[in-house]
Amino acid sequence: MGEEKRDSGPLSITYMADMPYDYHAGFYYSRFLKELKDNKRIYGVKCPRCGKVYVPPRIVCRDCFVTMEEFVEVGNEGTLLAFTVTNFPYTDTTRGEPKKIPYTAAYIKLDGSDSNIVHCLDETDEKKIKAGMRVRAVFSDTRTGDYFHDIDHFEIIQ
Amino acid sequence: MDEVAIIGVAQTRYQRDNPASHAEMAYEVTRKALEDAGLTIDDIDNTVTVCNDFWDGRTISCMTITEATGSHKVPTTNVEGDGTYGALMGAMRLLSGLHEVTLVVAQSKVSEGIPAVITNAMFDPVYERSLGLDAINSSALQMRRYMSKYGITEEQCAKVSVKNHKNAKSNPYAHMPLDITVDDVLKSRVLADPIKLLDTSPVSDGACAIIMAVDEVAKKRYSKPVWIRGIGHCADAYHLGDRDLAEVDALVSAARRAYSMAGIQDPVREIDVAEVYDAFSYMELMWMEGLGFCGRGEGGAMIDSGMTGMNGALPVNPSGGVLSAHPVQAAGLARIAEAVLQLRGKADARQVEGATVALAHGIEGACGQGHCVFVLGR
Ligand SMILES: [Zn+2]
Repeated sequence: MGEEKRDSGPLSITYMADMPYDYHAGFYYSRFLKELKDNKRIYGVKCPRCGKVYVPPRIVCRDCFVTMEEFVEVGNEGTLLAFTVTNFPYTDTTRGEPKKIPYTAAYIKLDGSDSNIVHCLDETDEKKIKAGMRVRAVFSDTRTGDYFHDIDHFEIIQ
Repeated sequence: MDEVAIIGVAQTRYQRDNPASHAEMAYEVTRKALEDAGLTIDDIDNTVTVCNDFWDGRTISCMTITEATGSHKVPTTNVEGDGTYGALMGAMRLLSGLHEVTLVVAQSKVSEGIPAVITNAMFDPVYERSLGLDAINSSALQMRRYMSKYGITEEQCAKVSVKNHKNAKSNPYAHMPLDITVDDVLKSRVLADPIKLLDTSPVSDGACAIIMAVDEVAKKRYSKPVWIRGIGHCADAYHLGDRDLAEVDALVSAARRAYSMAGIQDPVREIDVAEVYDAFSYMELMWMEGLGFCGRGEGGAMIDSGMTGMNGALPVNPSGGVLSAHPVQAAGLARIAEAVLQLRGKADARQVEGATVALAHGIEGACGQGHCVFVLGR
């Protein structure tokens, strides 16, 4: 394509402004993050009507539309229901740094929970991972109240 | 038309940095609106949320409050503009004949983002945005144009701020109840001349919900429901330069449609109380004109006369208005909720005695590009 054609073609303009946010975690996530940070415990909340336990905790039961107030500890271990080894680059939005690739996103049912969480698994060889495997949370030594940092990763229980 | 009634309303208290999450706020007003209407979530057969991705800082942000509003079991959709348009969508759902009871929930956590950055992003990225226009300095252009075209003074604009912040002292939901003088407003920090800090509305987090029902349901369950008598909406041109910023053509058109539907001929005599979207002090004066409460350029004289004060013939913003709490997406819906409280006679210390017809107004876009007007009656 010659210069001439580009000059007469449509132009564009780049938008480079930062659009930062300071998200309020809310009362329920705050309790969840505090327990991770201070006690290395994973907390859910239990519906007073149907008894379902949701992790992370939130205010209302999806099925019963009632306020949930009973915080309950769930297991640090659970069952891997799904996983994907991700190979494209992605920015860690809390730190603003690129994540190391590949990394394994995991979909886990913790023991004692009726909902499933997402986190990462430290195994990136998909041949070594199977849905249904048992996994365990590995906590960071220095915890800051950040879910993806305070639980550093999940590991496969051999 | 007595076809759609508003049977439940609820608001959070508006504040900066409300520590509740979006879902926690939305759940609070959903629960309270149901309680107010004497209904359970099973009575709601459809919902409308009012969420905006830029303000909420997430894509398809309405999905954040699905469970909190009971929206995952019924037809739901989102309106991205002001809360009054959410109410409009809700009323249309009922008038379609497909639904009987609509829940509308609007919420904003303005303190999570940076309003100057977010409102800058409403402008044309190629042509207007890089100038650094945002809600405040674009409104300063509008205020200047309005003042110079019609001889409105900064003092007259300041009077709106004094009146509304004082009214807010009687509203437990208001964010900024203040005892201030015209001098305080004039001497407050200049943000973008002629707009001073006290001409602007605060950064507020909060939520508002209303529940609407078709006439059979409303008449069966409630002795004297508040009816939607008329709705009108209209938008002006996108680019600031393509409209005269001193003019209010879109509002004139929206009001005319709402009045015509409601059978209102003489708005000043027939309307008892108005809640309008005063994002900046001068806007209330312009909106008075657009709503036909006075002639063009007479907004200043109208505030001077005291007519829009609590003891005037047509009190405007007894709640304190948007100047006293500005949870962006919820701000227009809060005008409707306040109008409903007035018509029920349940507005407590901010009650306008004997109000039977009320007007609620919302805007969207830069400098009031779009307007939505509700006339409610009992
Ligand atoms: Zn339940």
